[in-house]
Amino acid sequence: MARARPELVSFAQQLDRLEEIVRRLEAQELDLDEALKLFEEGIERLREARERLTAAEAQVKQVLSDKAGNLKVEDFDG
Amino acid sequence: MGQSLDLFAAVSPEGAWTVTQVTRRARAVVEAGLLPLWVRGEISGFKAWQSGHWYFALRDRSAQIRCVMFQKDNRRLPAPPQDGMQVFLFARPTLWEEKGEFRLTVVDLLSTEAGGLWQLAFEKAKAALAKDGLLDPARKRPLPPYPLRIAVVTSPDGAALQDIIAVTARRWPVAELLVLPTRVQGEGAEQEICAALALLCRVEGLDLAIIGRGGGSREDLWTFNHERVARAVAALPVPVISAVGHETDVTLCDLVADVRAATPSAAAEAATPDRADVLAALAHLGARLARGLAGRSGRVAERLDRTFDRLTGTLERRLERHRHELSGLAGRLDALSPLKILERGYALARDEQGRVLKRVVQFPAGLRFRLRVTDGDVAARAGES
Repeated sequence: MARARPELVSFAQQLDRLEEIVRRLEAQELDLDEALKLFEEGIERLREARERLTAAEAQVKQVLSDKAGNLKVEDFDG
Repeated sequence: MGQSLDLFAAVSPEGAWTVTQVTRRARAVVEAGLLPLWVRGEISGFKAWQSGHWYFALRDRSAQIRCVMFQKDNRRLPAPPQDGMQVFLFARPTLWEEKGEFRLTVVDLLSTEAGGLWQLAFEKAKAALAKDGLLDPARKRPLPPYPLRIAVVTSPDGAALQDIIAVTARRWPVAELLVLPTRVQGEGAEQEICAALALLCRVEGLDLAIIGRGGGSREDLWTFNHERVARAVAALPVPVISAVGHETDVTLCDLVADVRAATPSAAAEAATPDRADVLAALAHLGARLARGLAGRSGRVAERLDRTFDRLTGTLERRLERHRHELSGLAGRLDALSPLKILERGYALARDEQGRVLKRVVQFPAGLRFRLRVTDGDVAARAGES
């Protein structure tokens, strides 16, 4: 069964979170402790996101149905 | 076929032919004398039978011919013709022996009207889709900004797939492409595409689907104009980009998709962000993050200053108000002081305990009391009244 890769599903959410962190920091409504914590989280998420983008290599697979009607995902070499 | 019949043998009743012999002979004569040909005329009395064969008459002002178009020939056409339609038929003239009827066996049929049968079929299917709300612009879903799993419904060996793979690998290699191979033209392509789309519905975690093919003739692209294919596309659980490579003809598949792209490459571009752009956006976010924190530290000191100013300001204002209140109070107290009244010549009587004596009954004869006048006390005694 073709399953979603959980580590990648959160990519858009990760960017959203990053945006939120930056917005909150810019709003200047936090005390210094909170601001530092957010900053560190932001840096970490930034690093993860960048890694994800640079490490990726496009994968191509094909989805077929076997005789019993089950999904089969295999590498595609067109 | 009837070679044994002598054409001159039936001139007397003894040599009479059977009906079958005559019709068979007539058929041979017709088929030998009228080779397959193009005929033009108007469709009349059209009827599609359960078997899939079509029956109708072709007529002009003064004559008509019965026609049949068998299922094996008419299934290539996008739609049956309508009565009154002007058409060209490519047909074999023959004689239908069972009814002794002259007729045309139609092999191909072209409408002379604008767009012809194709247009007719297209409009019919389009109207059916519109009736069910499938062409409503409000149905169009936005594409996900960062798709990670993209399904591609197309021919596994077409240039379209290679283009989609190349563009995705260049722009957004983060994504995984899942190909659902299917034929995209010819007999049975319609069913294959529908099967691939049904399979697609069962794949988990999809963000987006691309359905398409490279350019081709109108007949080649026709698979994407089938109402069934259009309905299957409309029913997909994820946003769909349709790329049926043709600039001028919009297919029904294009119309029901969330986004239409002119080519498979354009579809892949519409489907994916450019990694370089996203990296630049990340860099920008990083800069804002740093500025945000730097701004924050500066801000803390600034805010402390401001708070102090505000605080001292408030205190001063409050003190000032109190000073005013105090002097006012002093004035009012002064005015109320009994000493002020005594100055004007009044006196205050008080007994030994200092209680103020205000009424006659408080002065029994002989009571000693004190009178307070403006500059001191005077001893006094009540006399007989």
